[in-house]
Formats: sequence, C-alpha cells, structure tokens
Amino acid sequence: MNTSLDKVMGLKEAIGKYVANGCHLSIGGFTINRNPMAAVYEIIRQGIHDLHLYVHSNGQGIDELIGGGCVARLEIAYGGNGKFAPTCIRFRKAVQEGTIQVEDYTNYQMSLRFLAGAMGVPFLPTISSLGTDIIDTWGFSKQLRERTPQMPDQKLVVLDNPFGEWCGIKKTVLVPAINPDVTIIHAQKADRQGTVRMLGLPFADIEQAKSAKHLIVTCEELLESDELRRDPDQNQIPFIHVDAVVHVPNGAYPTACYHYYDYDPLYLNEYAGFARDDGLFRKYLGKFVYGVNDHQGLLDLIGKERLERIKADPGKGYAVNLDRK
Amino acid sequence: MEYTLREMMTIMVAREIHNGDIVFCGTGLSMLAAMAAKNISAPNSVIFFETGAIDSRLEEIPLAVGDSRVMYRTSANGRLLDAFAAMQNKITGDHVIGILGAAQIDRFGNINSTVIGDYFNPRIRFSGSGGASDVASFVPRSIIFMQHEKNKFVNKLDYLTSPGYLDGPDGRQKAGLPGGGPTVVITNMAVMRFDDATKEMYLAGCYPGITPDRVLDNMEFKVDVSRAREEEPLSPEELKILREKCDPQRLIL
Repeated sequence: MNTSLDKVMGLKEAIGKYVANGCHLSIGGFTINRNPMAAVYEIIRQGIHDLHLYVHSNGQGIDELIGGGCVARLEIAYGGNGKFAPTCIRFRKAVQEGTIQVEDYTNYQMSLRFLAGAMGVPFLPTISSLGTDIIDTWGFSKQLRERTPQMPDQKLVVLDNPFGEWCGIKKTVLVPAINPDVTIIHAQKADRQGTVRMLGLPFADIEQAKSAKHLIVTCEELLESDELRRDPDQNQIPFIHVDAVVHVPNGAYPTACYHYYDYDPLYLNEYAGFARDDGLFRKYLGKFVYGVNDHQGLLDLIGKERLERIKADPGKGYAVNLDRK
Repeated sequence: MEYTLREMMTIMVAREIHNGDIVFCGTGLSMLAAMAAKNISAPNSVIFFETGAIDSRLEEIPLAVGDSRVMYRTSANGRLLDAFAAMQNKITGDHVIGILGAAQIDRFGNINSTVIGDYFNPRIRFSGSGGASDVASFVPRSIIFMQHEKNKFVNKLDYLTSPGYLDGPDGRQKAGLPGGGPTVVITNMAVMRFDDATKEMYLAGCYPGITPDRVLDNMEFKVDVSRAREEEPLSPEELKILREKCDPQRLIL
C-alpha cells in the first residue's frame, strides 16, 4: 500500500519499477476493449521476460506480450480478438509450438480467483465446469506447483457441499485465489493520488486491481481530486490500492476505450496479417514497438486522421458507422 | 429467394429464442441471431452479455462481447462477476438460454472449444472456454451452432470444455450440475435435438434440399433420423430484417 498523495510517474519508470523478469502479472480489459496497451508495448520495449500472466478473456494485450517474447506461463479463460482473430494468433502459435505453458479456466473462475485474492481468502466456490476437462486436465504439473511458492498445489478442487444440499447443490468447485505481483489496468479517469473512474463495463478490472500487490493505472485523463470526489459513487477503485498513476492518452489503442475511442479495425486487421508469419511479425515489432520511443511515438506513426476516425460519438460511446470490415 | 447457409443458420438459431428469454450471446453468429430474434419474433427477449452488459440496445453489431457497442443504453453495466452470478443463481438463471459455438461436439452435446489434438501438444489451439463452460454448467437450455463436418461431430472429444449431458441421462446429476443442457444443435445443414430419455442427439430436421444421408455422411457417429422433417425455408421478412436491420455492413454474414 502506497499512501503518497502524488503517485504520478512516467510509464517507463512505472514499468521499470514494478514489472520485473519472472514476475506474476495480470492485465485488465476484455478482448478488444480497454487493454492497457501502452503498458504492454513498454513491457516489450524493456525486454521483460518470463512473466507469469493471469487474464480472464483477453485479446490484443496477451497476444502482443506473447509475441514479444515476454511470457513464460499463462493462466487464461479465453484468448481471442473478436472478428479480427477468433483465436489470438501469436497465442495459438506459442501454445502449438510449446513456447509457453498454458492452463485453462473459465471466465467466471478467473473472476472469482481475482475476487478471492482481493478478499484475502484462499478460495471461493462455484459449480462451473463440473464434469469437464477444465477440472481434470492441469496445464501445470504437480511438481511445478510444489516448487513455485506463488502457485497453489492444486488447480481446482471438487468438494461435496459441506452444508448438505443447502441451496440444492451437492458439489462445488473451489477455485484458488490469485494475488499477482502487479496488475495493470487502463481507466478513463484518475487523479494524482490514484482514485480511479472507469466508464462502461469494468469487466473484472476492479477485482484484478484489488488482488495485486502493486497496481499501475494508466489513464486517459488526469483530473483534480475535487472533480472525481464530487461524484464519488462513480469511482470504482479508491487510491489505497494504487501504486502508480500514469497519464497516457489513447493508452488502450489499438483496443477501444468507451466514450473516448473505438478499436482501430485497420490496425487489428493489419496486425492479424503480421502475426500469422514469424518474419512479418518481427518486422511489425521492429517498426511499431521497438521503432518508437513511447506510446506517443506509435500514435504519431498512426497519424491524426486515423485517430480522428475512431473517435467515440459522445452520445453512443463508440465510433458510429466506422468501417469495421 | 436466394440466401446463404450462414443466413439460414442465423435465423434457425433466432427461431429458438422466445419472449421472456434472457439470451446469453457470444461473439459472431450468436449475437446476430439474438439481434434477429429481438427484431423478428421475440421483441421481449433480453440480450445478455457475460461481460456484464444487460439488455444492450444494439444499434450496430458488436464484433466481440467486449465491444463498446454492448455498453450502450443497457439496464446496467455490471462486472463479469455480476453476469455469471445472474446465471448461476436459479432465480434469474432459469430464464437464460445460452448460445454456444464449438470446434467439436459429441452425441451427448458436450463441446470442445479448447484444443484439437493432445492438450499438451495441440495440433490446433482455440480460444478456450471464455464463459462457455460457465453458461453450459449453469443454465437450463442452450443452443449450439456448428459447421456440419465429420471431424466436428466426433465419437470422442479431444477436450471437454463445456458440459452437455456428459455421459448420458444422469450425467449432469452425477457430476453435481443442475438439470438442463443443450436443447438443439443448429448446423449449416440440419437441426439436431436430444432424445428426452437417452439424451442422445437425433436428427430433427434438414434444410430444404438436404437429405438425412448427407447429414450422416458429415458425422463420425450415427444418429436416429426417423424423426427428421424438412425445415421451413426463410421467409422474405426474416431475411429482410436480418440483412437490412441486423447486419447491413455484412460484418458477420
């Protein structure tokens, strides 16, 4: 916990300070929305590797981290980028080629696991996925679990309802808590102390944020505390959870940020083309990630006209009639 | 009247949705089918996304369940935890109908959306469960849509991602799951349902011009075809709404 009144820092500094080789990281957002992309690109640029990554349903963020060679192990429910890549392409390649280790859960299980971490309890129950291979097939071996202090000894545990058949349920699945070293989320608004406001669906960002030992928040707008505290019931994360606040306009680009901008169909389609081929993907990283100094560098490469095209309609929160083919 | 098999499939899924249903939509065709149902025959159905968006007003087709378009004019924008809890609790969960796609299905309606081949050394890796295994575990009815191919209708799944009837009529009960399970499989050729007693898939209907034998040729396991009838072709009205109102840019179709 960080009680400083001013947690604002640059993205290079925040990633350098909190995201280390081999650390356990979770990133927020959902498939093509509000992924903390500026932070993802900075992690790749800093050459951070051997990450143990936790997500529920993620798309562009995990695919670029995997493609950028940052990830050793992944606990995940879904790796897809909507219409642009029904299965994330570098994720698929890495699993098929055995270059990362993966363990599968469901979206609800991952959400509950973050909630358990945020609550400080070792597990929570659900009835999801009883009778399936999600319970029976472990991606990580018993041996790996036993020698890794940050991993529970078992994947999931089926337990008879200790309250008899209370609520009409005979069996439950216990899902183990996750406490990442670091969570990174991208929000619409924050103040210097770390009060956070997201617009639209928060997905599981709140639980991911509160379960982590350290939380980095990148934001579209950095506001005065007074402005956020005038309407406190619109804020989701109080500053007590936050370690670093980084002001990065368009920080979720090329994914969407509700009421600010849409996803960029052109970028996501072109990315899919690059991602299918190792050589092209290296060129992609060379130009769009290593070839620029920071997120503004990427935005300059994309150009104002394209950013204007994906600007959200103030009434709708997305870009109306955007060509999304 | 000309239409594609994808259009036929979408409307066949839409026809299974009724007023009062809370429709759990995934990415792609299932979302389009829910929009079509809402505009054609089930105006009082509720479009529901696992991301937490409840009763979205879809003025444009979302390209993922996390698309900002699902957040517009909802009843409430909740968290993932809220959406799944609303399905796991029986009070609202019993009104939810799931729509799921998959890479493989078996005779008991169990589905695989994780890997083809060995889990540790897969030939093809897919996206994974997402919320599919959750919804298939929780809700009383689901619609599965599939391409009808021999390597998709298989004797044994490479990985069981989402539960159907597991190993037969009492499979769900033995595993500890609530009753329910898939009610129908809609493909690009036919409509399959599940026998009340055996919970095994049977051929319920073929699309115009498709014979039961052709359906069987595209499956690894055999099913009862004695109850098969010809399905109603698409009406001009259904097609007009689907094309003009639901997906005018043809992003999914």
